[in-house]
Amino acid sequence: MASVSLTVNGKAVSGDIDPRTLLVQFLRETLRLTGTHVGCDTSQCGACVVHLDGQAVKACTTLAVQCEGAHVTTIEGLANGAELHPMQAAFREHHGLQCGFCTPGMIMSAVDMVNRLGHDLDDHTIREELEGNLCRCTGYHNIVKSIGAGARAMGTEPMKVAAE
Amino acid sequence: MSETGIGARVQRLEDRRFITGRGRYTDDINRPGQAHAYFLRSPHPHARIRAIDIADAETAPGVVAIFTGRDIKKFAPDSDDLLDEDIGGLICGWMIHSKDGSPMKAGAHPALAKDVVRYVGDHVAVVVAETLRQAQDAAERIVVDYEELPSVTHTAKARDAGQPEVHEGIARNTVFEWELGDKAGTEAAFGTAAHVTTIDLTNNRLVPNPMEPRAAIGEYEEGDDAFTLHTTSQNPHVARLIISAFVGLAPEHKLRVVAPDVGGGFGSKIFVYAEEVICLWAARRLKRPVKWASDRTEAFLCDAHGRDHVTRAQLATDRDGRITGLRVHTIANLGAYLSTFASSVPTYLYATLLSGQYAIPAIYAEVDAVYTNTAPVDAYRGAGRPEATFVVERLVEVAAREIGMDPVAFRRKNFVTSFPHQTPVIMAYDAGDYDAALTKALSLHDYDGYAGRKAESRAAGKLRGIGFSAYIEACGIAPSQAVGSLGAGVGLWESAEVRVNPTGNIEVLTGSHSHGQGHETTFAQLVSHRLGVPIETVKIVHGDTDKVQFGMGTYGSRSGAVGMSAINKALEKIVAKGKKVAAHVMEASEGDIEFKDGQFRVAGTDKSLAFGDMALQAYIAHKFSGQDLEPGLKEGAFWDPTNFTFPAGVHICELEIDPETGVTTIERWTAVDDFGNVINPMIVEGQVHGGIAQGVGQALLEGAHYDAEGQLVTASFMDYCMPRAHDFPTFEVGMTVTECPSNPLGMKGCGEAGAIAAPPAVINALTEALGHENVAMPATPAAIWKAAQGLQRMAAE
Repeated sequence: MASVSLTVNGKAVSGDIDPRTLLVQFLRETLRLTGTHVGCDTSQCGACVVHLDGQAVKACTTLAVQCEGAHVTTIEGLANGAELHPMQAAFREHHGLQCGFCTPGMIMSAVDMVNRLGHDLDDHTIREELEGNLCRCTGYHNIVKSIGAGARAMGTEPMKVAAE
Repeated sequence: MSETGIGARVQRLEDRRFITGRGRYTDDINRPGQAHAYFLRSPHPHARIRAIDIADAETAPGVVAIFTGRDIKKFAPDSDDLLDEDIGGLICGWMIHSKDGSPMKAGAHPALAKDVVRYVGDHVAVVVAETLRQAQDAAERIVVDYEELPSVTHTAKARDAGQPEVHEGIARNTVFEWELGDKAGTEAAFGTAAHVTTIDLTNNRLVPNPMEPRAAIGEYEEGDDAFTLHTTSQNPHVARLIISAFVGLAPEHKLRVVAPDVGGGFGSKIFVYAEEVICLWAARRLKRPVKWASDRTEAFLCDAHGRDHVTRAQLATDRDGRITGLRVHTIANLGAYLSTFASSVPTYLYATLLSGQYAIPAIYAEVDAVYTNTAPVDAYRGAGRPEATFVVERLVEVAAREIGMDPVAFRRKNFVTSFPHQTPVIMAYDAGDYDAALTKALSLHDYDGYAGRKAESRAAGKLRGIGFSAYIEACGIAPSQAVGSLGAGVGLWESAEVRVNPTGNIEVLTGSHSHGQGHETTFAQLVSHRLGVPIETVKIVHGDTDKVQFGMGTYGSRSGAVGMSAINKALEKIVAKGKKVAAHVMEASEGDIEFKDGQFRVAGTDKSLAFGDMALQAYIAHKFSGQDLEPGLKEGAFWDPTNFTFPAGVHICELEIDPETGVTTIERWTAVDDFGNVINPMIVEGQVHGGIAQGVGQALLEGAHYDAEGQLVTASFMDYCMPRAHDFPTFEVGMTVTECPSNPLGMKGCGEAGAIAAPPAVINALTEALGHENVAMPATPAAIWKAAQGLQRMAAE
């Protein structure tokens, strides 16, 4: 067993775990944060995307022990209490989700996209940047629309993102 | 139109839990004391199991038990002992008869293989351990002695002489040889045809791949001798019925099936699978909850696949360009075992749509269904109708080109224009305006500007093509008597129950199941509209057999037309009862009570009673005696449709090929669909977008491929090309409306249209760009590069 201590959604957490435990398993099984999903086993689908020290990573290809001392934000930590993050609100407003399974990873990737590339994202950029996130329901049409709108909203509203 | 009623673009009520990570999918659920199951699967496409040695594996850390096919016996009544009798196998619930009258040949389908494995991924043993990783580790220590047998995976070759039998004694691997239509009349039409168009095509095998892999948790309550199954199902009541009546694990009233949030289905979660059965059985055996969650590779190997037809099709036309006949011979690959509804897909969901949008006097279809050493094949988004549409719309396009007619004009000339229209293949189209959709699509697409855009592409060294698909589908399945006469083992009505609480809020229990379709919103819109109540006061309850009495579930684009019609019927009963209550409260005659905008009014007076106040009065029952009127306010309804519904429309694909790389870029996509009346356009458009993406995926990217040794070489997202965001343009989506006369809401269904329409639109565009018809799906860059290079060589020569 190995011990690991990190900060998840602003809270200090620790655990004694099998050293091969993946971050997504630690989040889902140990911390019961089940919003982060596993949709594949080849790091392709992006349903497991979380932020590790402010950057998007696939939690299915990150060992939990690699995250010692790190700050992790999951979909559960994105809203400011009852107030949705602008990207979450944009997904709802523009019908950017259907079954909801890819959605947490999509939203976490989208926020990271804005953090890296700014608030004015054209459709082509968004589509290229979504290379690592699969959705089977929406045909991506409304996801692209949601991310464009969410990016603009993140630029105009005061940032209410939970500490990352 | 109210802001939350029929026709409004209401934001989805279910979204909050999904966007905040609070969805509750099966794998998110953990039960106290649960153990984890891992399935050992066959690495061979066909082999006899000589022996399975579990002795070493049983000593692995954390192992609770290991079971093989020989262990899965029935429990003795009121006992933990096992009888020497296997539990029931998995069944196919739709009987098809061959043209000689013989019933289809269904090979035995045990949940765990007993003596023979028949495809790579077939279920050999299950390890139950304290943790999933312990179960996986232990499975590696099971030693199986296989005697490898010759296998067959190729659809067109499965019936050939000398091929191995997938199921011993089922000759030529033939499940059935089925026919539909008028053979003699069709031959006569071909005999007098001015032109005959012939195409050979393959409808490529697909893997549904909902983003949520399947999962199941079996539980057993010893005190009540009762089971619970949490599972990723599109139809929990059907699962309960099959597991109870055929597998025989528990009587229906002792089995609760819960399908909580389900992350997409597309057909693949209709069926009852081995893992669900084994988790329940093991939970009973071990007296512990047993959980299984599929990984993606298992999903590729074992979820029912879709399509996989090899077809020759012919179209007869007269001198004026009118279609006079159509005939088809299809070999349909059903895989190694008959999945739950497999037999219906290449028969009554396929050949009944071969008339397309066209008036065709004579049609004859022959379908030979075969077993192969591959994963079972069953319904996948569209289920039979995409295969039919691909045949018809490729035939029509090629025929128009061959006889030198504009494909648009050729379609127009042959459209069905009066309704109802009886086709020669069972279906009676009830309403439509095919020309209206085509005209609108051409306009939205700027078809007039196409020639200029094609010239621009040519100048830039690119090949531009345009392709049409005028599809029709039969959905809203279906009238129970009709499907019963065609071999279905079930009725396809839907149920609803409306419970109004004393404080006026409303719970609606539906037998439909939402796994992305947004029922919690659209169904609530119907209630808000009909009862004039705020949408926030309505809750849609689905997916739990302990709450909803019965229901047939969600597939075949049936939840709106059938499920909401059932709700509508129950709401009518609520209003009727409400009028009785209101009459007592307002001391008026029941006949004088009107209900509008949430108010019961006494006609010709200013007396009124709000819906919520009426509900309270119904429960406190102070204003009427129990002899006059039953207290309370709860009404149920079962609704059986009078016909299938017939959504139809036109999709136009415009694409550009880079002959240097073979990469196809879709430049424009226009869809004009007639879904009848629409409850929430935002949700309907989303369904269209998603369907198009799956259809384009089939045409350009996706293909499940078994190699000559029977291995599935496309068993991960690394090898099977899923559509990504950059594969698509922004879609242009429009609608026309002809009301469906077969249900009270005038709805037709929208869930499958895109996946049905899209593949021929893409291939028609590619062939138009390339100038020849020999383009197979998936038209990958490698295939298109070869085709385009051939063109360039020809041009140079």
